[in-house]
Amino acid sequence: MSGLRAWLEAPVPASRAHARAQAWWLAWCAFRANPIAMVGLGLVLLLLVTALFAPWLAGRSPIEQDLANRLAPPSAVHWLGTDELGRDIWARIVWGSRITLAIVGIVVVIVGPLGLLVGTVAGYLGGWVDTVLMRLTDVFLAFPRLILALALAAALGPGIENAILAIAVTAWPPYARLARAETLTIRNSDFIAAAIVQGASTPRILLGHVVPLCLSSVIVRLTLDMAGIILTAAGLGFLGLGAQPPAPEWGAMIASGRQYVLDQWWVAAMPGAAIFLVSLGFNLLGDGLRDVLDPKGGRG
Amino acid sequence: MAEPSARARTELSRLTGAALHPLVEVADLRVRFPTHRGPIEAVRGVSFTMGAERLGIVGESGSGKSTVGRALLGLVPPPGEVTAERLVVDGIDVPRAGPRTLRELRGGRASMVLQDPKFSLNPVMRVGVQIVEAVRRHRRIGRREARERAMAMLEAVRIREPARVFRAFPHELSGGMGQRVMIAMMLVAEPRLLIADEPTSALDVTVQMQVLAILDDLVAARGMGLVFISHDLELVASFCDRVLVMYDGRIVETCRARELAAARHPYTRGLLGCLPRLDTPARRLPTLRRDPAWTARR
Amino acid sequence: MIEVEGLEVVWGRGTRAHRAVAGVSFEVPAGGTFGLVGESGSGKSTVLKAIVGLAPISAGEIRLAGRPLGTRRGKDFRRTVQMVFQDPYGSLHPRHTVDRVLAEACAIHGLDRPEARILRILEEVGLGPAFRFRYPHELSGGQRQRVAIARALIVEPRLLLLDEPTSALDVSVQAEILNLLLDLEEAHGLSWIFVSHNLAVVAQMCTRIAIMNNGRIVEQATAEQLARDELAEPYSRQLLAASRGYDRAVAGTLVNYD
Repeated sequence: MSGLRAWLEAPVPASRAHARAQAWWLAWCAFRANPIAMVGLGLVLLLLVTALFAPWLAGRSPIEQDLANRLAPPSAVHWLGTDELGRDIWARIVWGSRITLAIVGIVVVIVGPLGLLVGTVAGYLGGWVDTVLMRLTDVFLAFPRLILALALAAALGPGIENAILAIAVTAWPPYARLARAETLTIRNSDFIAAAIVQGASTPRILLGHVVPLCLSSVIVRLTLDMAGIILTAAGLGFLGLGAQPPAPEWGAMIASGRQYVLDQWWVAAMPGAAIFLVSLGFNLLGDGLRDVLDPKGGRG
Repeated sequence: MAEPSARARTELSRLTGAALHPLVEVADLRVRFPTHRGPIEAVRGVSFTMGAERLGIVGESGSGKSTVGRALLGLVPPPGEVTAERLVVDGIDVPRAGPRTLRELRGGRASMVLQDPKFSLNPVMRVGVQIVEAVRRHRRIGRREARERAMAMLEAVRIREPARVFRAFPHELSGGMGQRVMIAMMLVAEPRLLIADEPTSALDVTVQMQVLAILDDLVAARGMGLVFISHDLELVASFCDRVLVMYDGRIVETCRARELAAARHPYTRGLLGCLPRLDTPARRLPTLRRDPAWTARR
Repeated sequence: MIEVEGLEVVWGRGTRAHRAVAGVSFEVPAGGTFGLVGESGSGKSTVLKAIVGLAPISAGEIRLAGRPLGTRRGKDFRRTVQMVFQDPYGSLHPRHTVDRVLAEACAIHGLDRPEARILRILEEVGLGPAFRFRYPHELSGGQRQRVAIARALIVEPRLLLLDEPTSALDVSVQAEILNLLLDLEEAHGLSWIFVSHNLAVVAQMCTRIAIMNNGRIVEQATAEQLARDELAEPYSRQLLAASRGYDRAVAGTLVNYD
């Protein structure tokens, strides 16, 4: 281990990969110094691990019903109790983490690159391209998420894929705006001018010079937004527009547990707590990332 | 302040090079900034005294000259730690002074002019209002008298249309005019000491001359002391009475300005040597070879 | 090498139009060193930007090796004419290593054996291989300018445009960078246009000098004429007088030449 550490802290990097590894290591050390950020990271990792090892962690099937045992309180056999159809809540939450992770992952993969592309192109090229792209962004920004999800559900049928689509389509505009604002600040810098003078083409400048500088704010915003995305998906699930039964989506679990909340509070409270923990985790992670990636002045 | 005696005092100070009543006394000033890589010592044992004269502090970036200027007004930002055997400005012991005394010091008895007026003037307040605020903070006078003094000050810095500039916002002023406004604001409460930290570095050469001439006249007329901090050795040598050369937190040379060409310390000689000269362009400029002995612990 | 004739640059349109350059003509022979001096707002940096395509040319012509330049600058132009910028803290991308900066230059122009070129240029600018994988924030101002010079020279240009390359540097570092430029000029037979507000620096680095004010060239002279104080125009004489350090008498004679 000391050999690796010495390599990471060597004063003179020996190759491109080495330099990059050293930059990552420094960023990690700065991140590690923030205990709250580490809590956030821990919670997010917990989600990942739970999703990855769901079959082993759950212990039993999430859809297997046991009507004799419905609405049982938490016990040694059913750690978080059972719901109205006798399904083990712990197993449903564990398996539901996969759905949550899928929603978050797919939305991020669509929204991030799309927002970056639109924002950087609009900011860099300016003129009519900027106007057209920004008005397009405004159009999508005007859609309220839930209404759009309802519309898509009506048109295409309810389901988790359409819920993800609805969320993605309404989530990307703020990232385009963010990327455009960042691009406008750096567009007139000397290093962009130098790249132009070198003969770099516009795609090369956008991908190699502009996007890397927009990336930190977009990443921070994404992690902070993930909490919102999870809640929106839960809301859609609550309305019956997201994952369909018997899929153990956390929002749908709250919806069905709503009627029992007074006497059998665990049916709604447990998935609620899971949503809370994961949202909190992403929030704290986002805060920590912002401190590391976006210091005021200081390292570029 | 009666003019003749002020001028006489200034002349006497210039002739003797030492102050009869020192305006600033600094002994073993040290400023440290703790960083995660260990403490950085920006100033390492600086000592000097000055009276009502023009003292230049010259150094390159990292020499600690600006930090010395800030320490004189107690303006070293935390987490900087300032320690000194003696740091007295106009009779006030700065490190031991309470916040009220420091407020009285800053602007009222000693002022500071910084490099870029864009960053030192409040951008959302009209210029005249800022000058009036500056004088009313230190002198118990009414608003009308304060306004008159502010206008008089704007005239003293040779602004041709003082009424127009009084109502202007900082971004409407050119660099040179902004600096003159800065000087007006800093001198309106009639301090005895002015610290100027690179006041003309952001200005064009002709504007620089004009602003320096204004400073020259004002400082002489009021019998003030001036600490002129700059990286421009030639400028300091031509403008000031005495020069302190700083390197790596220490003073390496003290001499009279007109004797600078006969400087003894190798750093000063090296610095003088590597300046490009208008009248004798050399094929290659001599470069400075830094001797680690210059920063050796004393 | 390059001829500029009647160059005019106007930023903006209509009532907000600002004429930064109002009719500038000069020429730089191959291997010649030409200086543009002026105060802020004189248009000197804008002339460089116009040559390199970063500023719109409203009137006039620029001819490179006899051929007039069109509206777009092609890859050949980019290899022939390169630029070094003023601010060492702004002209390098904060997330790119030195190696990436130099490798990109090679990649854009399809130069062969980029590895060897990078190592050689780093040696030439006095940095050496230890600096290859550093990030800009790990370099001092002088080191960053050396990287900027390396970036400009790695494509083997014939004409170098230098926009106040040492104005943001300490005097001792300035001397090193100026000497480096003079060495490189000798080694590669470069021509350059050196822009500065500092007469002494320009006299050191150039054989011919043009003094600009308000978008026009006020006077052209040689470095020797400057050294012997043989300038004719009152603006140039004033600029020269003000460049010799503070003098109360001189300050009193200064006139506004707007």
